Amino acid sequence: MAKKKRSSGQKAPPVQGLLPVTMKINGKSHSDMVEPRLLLVHYLREVVGLTGTHVGCETTSCGACTIIYNGKSIKSCTMFAVQADGAELKTIEGLGEEGNLHPIQQAFWDNHGLQCGFCTPGFIMQTYWLLRENPTPTDEEIRQGLGGNLCRCTGYQNIIKSVKAAAKEMKK
Amino acid sequence: MIPRKFEYFAPRSIKEATSLLKKFGPDAKILAGGVSLIPVMKLRFGSPAKIIDINRIPGLEYIRASGGRLNIGALTRHAELERSKTVKDRVFLLSETASVIGDPQVRNMGTIGGSLSHSDPSGDWGAAIIALRGELTIQGPRKRRRMKVDDFLVDTFTSALQPDEILTEISVPIPPARSGGAYMKLERNLGDFATAAVAVQLTIDPKGVCTSAGIGLTAVGPKNLRAEKAENVLVGHPLTPKTLEEAAAAAAEDAQPIPDPLRGSAEYKKEMTRVYARRGIERAISRAKGGKK
Ligand SMILES: Cc1cc2nc3c(=O)[nH]c(=O)nc-3n(C[C@H](O)[C@H](O)[C@H](O)COP(=O)(O)OP(=O)(O)OC[C@H]3O[C@@H](n4cnc5c(N)ncnc54)[C@H](O)[C@@H]3O)c2cc1C
Ligand code: FES
Ligand code: FES
Repeated sequence: MAKKKRSSGQKAPPVQGLLPVTMKINGKSHSDMVEPRLLLVHYLREVVGLTGTHVGCETTSCGACTIIYNGKSIKSCTMFAVQADGAELKTIEGLGEEGNLHPIQQAFWDNHGLQCGFCTPGFIMQTYWLLRENPTPTDEEIRQGLGGNLCRCTGYQNIIKSVKAAAKEMKK
Repeated sequence: MIPRKFEYFAPRSIKEATSLLKKFGPDAKILAGGVSLIPVMKLRFGSPAKIIDINRIPGLEYIRASGGRLNIGALTRHAELERSKTVKDRVFLLSETASVIGDPQVRNMGTIGGSLSHSDPSGDWGAAIIALRGELTIQGPRKRRRMKVDDFLVDTFTSALQPDEILTEISVPIPPARSGGAYMKLERNLGDFATAAVAVQLTIDPKGVCTSAGIGLTAVGPKNLRAEKAENVLVGHPLTPKTLEEAAAAAAEDAQPIPDPLRGSAEYKKEMTRVYARRGIERAISRAKGGKK
């Protein structure tokens, strides 16, 4: 994990209007003082230092910022960090790691489900949610399930292939 | 894209929330799913000084069938309404409507109460609740009121809510036997707001005569509209192809679209209202007859 800029848990100076938040991110508890207007995605990237979650459109359209919030996939550019106080979050960093990839990550690798990779963390987190809701999705269900994520590179075909491969692998 | 500064409150009860709203007046805004409000704040189209987050109030997220009605807590997420078996079995129109709102992540956060309160003429819930003749419960600091959805939706982005009121419940009658509903939405691509959409809810007697009809329209007027002329063409008549054509044409007359630079001219929207009304009525009839809602 990247070195934290303003380390979580570090006592913040008492600034007027800051609120305490505590959340469990990828199994680890984080407590910080934040401005209410701080978006969750900026909290994750800039305060906690988890930069795997990307910011694309910032307008709830592209899905690059998708994370799992209390078991549901959401766009973290469209939630304030204070809303997530007490929540459990999972980000791309919580799925797998180099040498020990999650089957969804491995499937995207094996099937060329990415090119530049910018959209990939969002697609993978959305796939993670989709396959828990529906472990054996049809092509149409995959297209519907990933409808909130945009990719400018792949043309989507290999992403759909990757999701199918991941579903197969995870059923084993 | 960062919103202006605001003060954040997370009340634990409706009472606490309404007293905060009363105290702050129009400076305060309720935060439900945030899927509409947060983009507005990020783009600085609106910058409320106080945000009242109602997500920590227990008991606002529920789907309950009782006394012939389906009662839905205002904070119920679109995704819950999409997947709920109770909704699928009792009021299929709601399930179908939920499934075409935005994208999965938007449906996981966005709420039915937030959508209706937002009163976007392109919002899908308004049309479905109009077709079902739904009623809404509104709680103020002292008074509770209940009103028809037709009266709740006032104008573009304008509801009947006072600044100190919260929408708490949406209630629709569970349709009787031989009823069917359908939500037909034309969208440019998955996740888009409607170019035009039509919600239909019908009941047919054993002789094939329509005994009740509700038709709501999306994205073809200053707010979600009731297609009253179209309803009147159907009720009391056998549902022949000619009646269907007449009803669909009447729905297009009921529409009051304004040209939309992204989604088409007024003529196009009217024509699509006609086409989608006819398809929606056909689908509702086949569901009413087929026993599939
Ligand atoms: C990419 C995208 C695509 C979308 N596509 C569609 C679509 O196809 N169809 C569609 O219908 N919608 C669509 N939406 C909107 C979505 O359905 C929102 O969820 C909904 O409009 C607002 O619900 P919310 O719970 O997020 O409300 P919020 O954003 O939290 O609030 C919206 C407004 O309602 C007020 N409010 C919220 N709850 C209450 C309450 N209980 N009582 C009083 N006031 C309240 C708030 O103060 C605010 O003014 C889309 C949104 C996005 C971002
Ligand atoms: S950055 Fe959140 S949806 Fe694009
Ligand atoms: S791989 Fe480049 S945007 Fe998807």
